[in-house]
Amino acid sequence: MLGKIWNWIDDRSGFSDVVMPMLEHIVPRDARWWYVFGSATLCAFIVQVLTGVALAMVYVPGGDAAYESLVYITNDATLGYLVRGMHYYGATAMVMLAVIHMTQVYLHASYKYPREMNWMSGVVLLFVVLGMAFTGQLLRWDANGVWSVMVAAEMAARVPFVGGYISQFLMGGETVGGSTLSRFFAIHVFILPGLIFAGVGLHLWLILRHGISEMPKADQPVVPETYKQEYEGRLEKTGVPFWPIAAWRDVVFSAIMVAVIVGCAIFVGPPALGPAPNPANIHANPMPDWYFWWYFAVLSMLPPELETYVILGMPVLGAIGLFVVPMLSNRGHRAPSKRPWAVAVVIFGATAFVVLTIYGYQKPWSPDFDVKPLPPEVVRSDDPNIQHGAVLLRDKGCLYCHNVDGFGGYRGPELSVIGNRLDRGELVIRINNGGYNMPSFASSLTAEELRQMVDFLLTRTDHPKQTPGEDPSN
Amino acid sequence: MSDCPEVNSPTSDEDRRGFLTKLCLGLSALIGAMITLPGVGFVLAPVFARPKQTWRKLGKLDEYEVGKTVSVEFKDTIDQPWAGVTAMSGAWLRRVSDEEFIAFSINCRHLGCPVNWVEDASLFMCPCHGGVYYEDGEVAAGPPPEPLARYTVRVKDGFVEIETSAVPLTTNDQV
Repeated sequence: MLGKIWNWIDDRSGFSDVVMPMLEHIVPRDARWWYVFGSATLCAFIVQVLTGVALAMVYVPGGDAAYESLVYITNDATLGYLVRGMHYYGATAMVMLAVIHMTQVYLHASYKYPREMNWMSGVVLLFVVLGMAFTGQLLRWDANGVWSVMVAAEMAARVPFVGGYISQFLMGGETVGGSTLSRFFAIHVFILPGLIFAGVGLHLWLILRHGISEMPKADQPVVPETYKQEYEGRLEKTGVPFWPIAAWRDVVFSAIMVAVIVGCAIFVGPPALGPAPNPANIHANPMPDWYFWWYFAVLSMLPPELETYVILGMPVLGAIGLFVVPMLSNRGHRAPSKRPWAVAVVIFGATAFVVLTIYGYQKPWSPDFDVKPLPPEVVRSDDPNIQHGAVLLRDKGCLYCHNVDGFGGYRGPELSVIGNRLDRGELVIRINNGGYNMPSFASSLTAEELRQMVDFLLTRTDHPKQTPGEDPSN
Repeated sequence: MSDCPEVNSPTSDEDRRGFLTKLCLGLSALIGAMITLPGVGFVLAPVFARPKQTWRKLGKLDEYEVGKTVSVEFKDTIDQPWAGVTAMSGAWLRRVSDEEFIAFSINCRHLGCPVNWVEDASLFMCPCHGGVYYEDGEVAAGPPPEPLARYTVRVKDGFVEIETSAVPLTTNDQV
C-alpha cells in the first residue's frame, strides 16, 4: 500500500526522474570537510525560518505590544524560551557560517571560472543576511532596539540628497513611533527572507550547473579555455555521487551545528531583554549584537571628517569590492600556496575583526557613566584639599574618560602618572581650555575647585613621596 | 512553435506575433503597475508627509527651578494609538530665567544616541561614541559635527509647553 502511494507520488512529481539525478550528481572525491560550511549555512537558515515562523505566531509587531509579547514568549509561553533562544543563536550561526564559507571559497579561489556568479550571488546573500541580523535586533524592541533604529536612521541620513527620505522611510515618519516597528517587521519577515530564498535558489542552481570545485592543486591553474573539459574528465574518472557519498559529511556537520544551537538555547538562553522601549528614556546604552561590534569600534575611532565617507563608503565599497573579486581575476592559480596576497588579506581581515571586536566590546572610548569615586588607597593622602580634588575628578566627569590606577574610562589619556609629565601651569591650561577631544572646564570650575583638582593630579607620579604637599605617611 | 508551418503568409504571421508580444508586455506592465503603485504610495506616504507640529504641555511653571536642567517626556506628533510607549519623545529642559526655557533634543548629533546631562560637570555626554556638549549645546568633544538640536518652548497660562519636532538628522536640517 505504502509502496503504491509512493509510486504514485514519485510518478506524478518526478522525484526519481528529476530530483534524484540532481542529488546524485557527480562531485569531486576530494570534496571533504572543507566543504561543509555552505550547507551548514543553509541549514542555519532553515532553523531561522522555522523558529521565525513559530515566533511570529505570538509576536505582536506593534510599538505598544511587541515588548510585552517578547516578555511573554521568553517567560510564559511553552517552549518560548527555547524557540527564541534558537532563533538568536541560529542568527549568530548563520552570520558566522556564511563568513567562514566565504573565507574558505576565497582561500581556495573557488570563485574563478566558471563559478564567478556563484560568488557574486553569495556576496549579495551575505549582505542580506547581515541585514536580517540587524533588523532582527531591532525587533527585540527593548530600549536597545529602539535606539538602534535611531542609529540606523542617522546613518542612512548621511546619504547625499536622499538620506533624509531614506531615514523617514525607515522610521515610517519623522520620529520613531508606531509605524517604525511594523516596517522593520515587514522587512525582516517578508522582504529580506524573500531575497534569501531567491538568492539561495540561484546559488544552488549554479552549483548544479557548474559542479562543486575541486580542492585546489598547485600544479592545476584555471585555464578557462580548457577548464570545463578537464574538470569533467577528472570527474568521470574519480568523481563520486553527491548523495550519499559526499553528503554525509554535510549532514553530520549540520547536525552538530543544530545541536550546538539547541544546546546554547537551553543552557545559555536567549539574550536578556533590556528596559522597556521608551524613546524618551535617556538612560540607555545602545550596543549592537557582537558581530557588529567591530563596526561600532571603527565608528568610535574615526576622525569626524572621515566619518560620513566611512559610514557610507565602507558598506558600499565593501560590497562592491567583494562582488568584483572574480572579475579582477577569474583564471590562474587557486592554491593558497601560490596566492600569498590572498592569504595575507584573510589573515589581515581576521586579525582586524578580532582586534576591533575586542575594542568594540570594551569600548574604552565611551564615557564610563558608572565610574565609582576613587578609593582611599588610590588617593593616598590625608590632605583634605587633595581628597576633595579626587572627589571633584569624578564629579566633574574627568574620570568618565580618564583612568587613574585602574579606575575610570579609557577614552582620554591615563592620568596615573600625569604629575611626571605636566606641571601646575600646564594642567591648569589643559583643564581650563580643553583641547583635542576634551571639553573646556573654565566655566564650570571655581578657582578653588581647579586648584584642588590640580593639587590632586600633581600627586599622580611614580615617586609620590617626593611630591611637595603630599603626606608621606600614606 | 516556430517549427509549425503556418498557412498565413510569413509577413502577416510576423506582424501578428509582434503585435501579440507587445500586447502581452504592455498588459503585463499595466497589471504590474496596478498591483504595485497603490502599495508603493501607501508605503512611501509617511516619507513625504509633513505632519503639523503641535504644542505639548510639560508641567506647571513653578515645577521647574531656575538654572536646573531636567529630562522631560512628551508625546510626539504622530501619536498613533498602537504606538504605546514608543510615541514618547524626550528632551532636556532648562529653566534659564523666570520666563525663559531652553529645550535640547536628547539625540546626539553624531548617530542619534541619547545624551546624558552630567550636572556637576555642566556637560551633555553621549554613551555611544564619546560625543560631549557644553551646557549651551555646543560641541565640546568627540565626533558630533553639529551642536545639539533645540525644541521650541513657551510658557502659556502658567504651563511650560514644548513644540514637537522631527528627529534631528545630522545632515538634514529638519529641526
